[in-house]
Amino acid sequence: MQNLENQNIELQLLLQAIYLKYGYDFRQYAKASIKRRVLYHLEKHHLSNISQMQHRLLHDVAFFDSLLLDMSVNVTEMFRDPACYRVLRKEVLPALKDFPHIKIWHAGCATGEEVYSMAILLKEMGLYERTQIYATDINEKVLKQAKEGVFPISRLRQYTQNYQKAGGTESFSDYYHAQYEHVVMDRKLRKNILFSDHNLATDNVFGEMHLILCRNVLIYFDRGLQNRVLNLFDEALIKSGFLCLGSKESLNFSTVTEHFDVIAKTEKVYRKKNEEKT
Amino acid sequence: MSQRENQFQAVVIGASAGGIHALQQVLMPLPADFPLPIIVVQHLHPDAGAYLPQLLDNKCQLKVKQADEKEFVQAGWVYLAPPAYHLLIEEDHSLSLSLEAPVSYSRPSVDVLFESAIFAYGKRLIGIILTGANSDGALGIKKIKQAGGYVIVQAPETAEADAMPKAAIAAVAGNQAVDKILALDQIGQYLLQWVNRNFLGIRMK
Repeated sequence: MQNLENQNIELQLLLQAIYLKYGYDFRQYAKASIKRRVLYHLEKHHLSNISQMQHRLLHDVAFFDSLLLDMSVNVTEMFRDPACYRVLRKEVLPALKDFPHIKIWHAGCATGEEVYSMAILLKEMGLYERTQIYATDINEKVLKQAKEGVFPISRLRQYTQNYQKAGGTESFSDYYHAQYEHVVMDRKLRKNILFSDHNLATDNVFGEMHLILCRNVLIYFDRGLQNRVLNLFDEALIKSGFLCLGSKESLNFSTVTEHFDVIAKTEKVYRKKNEEKT
Repeated sequence: MSQRENQFQAVVIGASAGGIHALQQVLMPLPADFPLPIIVVQHLHPDAGAYLPQLLDNKCQLKVKQADEKEFVQAGWVYLAPPAYHLLIEEDHSLSLSLEAPVSYSRPSVDVLFESAIFAYGKRLIGIILTGANSDGALGIKKIKQAGGYVIVQAPETAEADAMPKAAIAAVAGNQAVDKILALDQIGQYLLQWVNRNFLGIRMK
């Protein structure tokens, strides 16, 4: 028990050290999962305790970079949860089609698979040319991968199935070309996507949005940080703008619940009410 | 150290192949006022949906639901990991979900749940391994024992798939050994008696 208590103190100090030295704020991340990932990294580098790790990361930037990759969960796929994309196709994008210019924020985009999925959806609905997509993540390494738009060919079968289940109207193979073990996404899809660095824990709103997607990011935050981020989204969305969360996430514990209507309960699509805040 | 230190606070259960039947057997004898929350990882197909919690809820006196992230666990409830998500328990006894990579090819992983439960409950934890065709949970069982918790494993000869209980038994063999190896139809009743004795015994002091 003593050991466990010390470990928790060490973990808190580690997160504090990361924040002070590098500006990444993991202090309000859900503890159980962050602890698991820190301990995993500890084992991988044969360090005997978290204090040792703290010492190392303060003096070794490359070590911190590798820890940062382990600390954020970058699991994603093309057209992940296809039902959600069907709701976007049928209910969300048609409601935005009369705007001369559409702005979409994909927060926590990881390696970008879901951003390219959105670009495909917009193309098929004839909305791509007047849309700007802002795709953000805290991790520059994954953003670089996202920009390249090169994905392992091994996942293609599942992506193609997802695309079809998501209501795709063309052939998925129109959107990439295969190159050895990889597929390279069509460059034209990237034209209106701006990939950039943004930290939901510390940064602010950077523009008015018609649609915000933030999927499977909030599950890693504690209630306080979830609430901060949802307030950020509330602030960024135009009236009647849409918010799309991960399938196990919700607005339930936040202070903005009342500002939104539920558009699709299972797919976690919400719409900001068209009224002044009280 | 007060006597309260011995009081159990939660039960965690891991099951895989054959687990849908086994979970019913274990949970059905437990009354609606069973004093500990029960948190379960059952390996399922990623598209399995919420069929299992509904089935168990219909059959059990305890209330059974799929775990929602950030909800606090309560006595009288059984929480099941949603398919394709790891389920973890926070130190404030709320639940977290995660899409981290599968552990031993499994997501949800029994080991991930058990390990987080040890951080949350220390030795006040009861861990149970049921039927399954892999070794997920063996490491978790070992860690529960190391933390001073109580461990029950389904007798492999009564398991539809015996690999998981065998691996759990082997993981602690030699030093500490599991506390009880029980036939499937005895686990629920035994758990009830064991918890009542420990729980009520301390309350009556």
